[in-house]
Amino acid sequence: MNEAERLKVLEEKAAELRRLAEENGLDLSAEIAVLEQKIAELRRAIQEGLSPWGRVQLARRPDRPSGLPFVQALCDSFYELRGDRIVGDDPALRGGFAKLKGKRIAILFHQRGATPEEQRQARFGMASAQGYWKARRIMKVAARLRLPLLTLINTPGAYPGVQAEAHNIAGAIAACIWQMLQHPAPTLAVILGEGGSGGAVALAAADRVLILENATYSVISPEGAASILWKDAKFAEKAAENLKLTAQELLALGAVDEVIPEAPGGAHTDFQGTVEAVRGAVLRHLSELSALPLDELLRLRYKRYRHVGSAGGAD
Amino acid sequence: MPIRRDKRDRYVEIEVSTPPEPLWVRCESCGELIFRQKLQENQYVCPRCGAYFFLSAQDRVASLVDGGSFVELPPPQVVEDPLGFSDQVSYKERLGRARAETGLSEAVLAGTANVQGIPVVLAVMDFRFIGGSMGVGVGEILCQAMEHALQEGKPFVLVVSSGGARVQEGVLSLLQMVKVVAAREALARAGIPYIAILTYPSTGGVLASIGSIADLTIAEEGALIGFAGPRVIEQTTGERLPPGFQTAKFALEHGMVDAVVPRAKLREELARALSVLVDER
Repeated sequence: MNEAERLKVLEEKAAELRRLAEENGLDLSAEIAVLEQKIAELRRAIQEGLSPWGRVQLARRPDRPSGLPFVQALCDSFYELRGDRIVGDDPALRGGFAKLKGKRIAILFHQRGATPEEQRQARFGMASAQGYWKARRIMKVAARLRLPLLTLINTPGAYPGVQAEAHNIAGAIAACIWQMLQHPAPTLAVILGEGGSGGAVALAAADRVLILENATYSVISPEGAASILWKDAKFAEKAAENLKLTAQELLALGAVDEVIPEAPGGAHTDFQGTVEAVRGAVLRHLSELSALPLDELLRLRYKRYRHVGSAGGAD
Repeated sequence: MPIRRDKRDRYVEIEVSTPPEPLWVRCESCGELIFRQKLQENQYVCPRCGAYFFLSAQDRVASLVDGGSFVELPPPQVVEDPLGFSDQVSYKERLGRARAETGLSEAVLAGTANVQGIPVVLAVMDFRFIGGSMGVGVGEILCQAMEHALQEGKPFVLVVSSGGARVQEGVLSLLQMVKVVAAREALARAGIPYIAILTYPSTGGVLASIGSIADLTIAEEGALIGFAGPRVIEQTTGERLPPGFQTAKFALEHGMVDAVVPRAKLREELARALSVLVDER
């Protein structure tokens, strides 16, 4: 029996004990507590032993906390803005105004969908040109109102399609990056799941970039890298190791600023805990950034990106 | 590598063994055997059928600027192979091969030059160098070129020939997209004009950053302009690509570029664009 199977058995046992306790009015709390501790230890062990490829699988789980349910749990209230004001709307990239612990913010997030029907509609979180033109529009509205901008990223990448090209998806992504760099208020990005390539970076040109422990951020999917460089998608696991796409590796490279810990079995095992961990980190960073004068904020933002990967990082 | 269109009007890449340079080159589009010197004189456009061959950065510079006016900017020092990447071949070895084959230090060549007497800072990408891909080195050269343009008050001209971000530098390549846009923002704040020339190919992370946000954008006839490559789109979506998809004409018709110009007229067109963007001296 491997660790995952053992975990499953333990979880079933704990559920059975809880059911017995409830049905028969027994006090089994001591037994349950022992089991729960074992479960937590096992989950932690699984977590620590995860390969980059294992984390890619966790990051892609359809039940990973993200999208509209996550935004609704994270914020006190949310008012959605729809449409790019040019040709249409996009269900894969959404956003609007929100209140977070009483503070006004603008928010943008990818929607992957939970049910097969939602997933099909949202193309599994691959936003098209309309999505990114809408994101740019919402960024501009937020700039006008001097609202801090929070982005929640979880996408395999931008959508590669004929219509996307006809509506200049490359230009839309470039416009988002440019708009975000100019934003006259704090900007914060949180990578919740998959941070896939151009579709992710379009929302990630932020003052600070946070990432959940098992989320990934990469220039290309491991499968894509494998088929280009190894000429065979079967080498995806090897590509995942080479790409340095896990949270800790990204932190070491300076690509992200903080790793938000997940529940022992992964974020999907504790939706509410994930919401609270992300909210705590977001509020802390927004309050630090809000304390800075605008010219200092913009200077630090420029500096953060101007020297990415360059030898000279002098002030 | 020459490029041509197939019967459905899409581009096809053809592998050609390069070194040692033969005296005669076969055009893979029409089959014509062309004397290499004649091809060079014709700016690497097939004299018989008009197919475009790749232009090296050095040849591109020579085709655009006043003779003898190009002075390369000192190449910056960057960390090489920041991820220690290795696939079938180590990235370090790929870099070494690309340098030997192209005579360039990176996939972009940048310097100061005059175009019909107008001083500019010019950066030219080279597809032969790992697909013209942008990693830390290319990002740094582009940023320093833009910063030089800003200091000197000269327009910045970029010739794109790139498949996108460099896979072997992972997320650091992705973040070069933000880095070059940050430098572009500094140019914009100083009111320095930026002209982009899109050639074959202008795709991926380079188009989705610096390639799409110039003040004036010219497409070379024969360019391929798009975010995702044709093969990726077909494989991911199963969509059939319409005739002429992602050509320079397609980009013009869809509002992405300001002009489409044949290679032979590019220098004249660039000078004309520059002349309306800079004051009389």
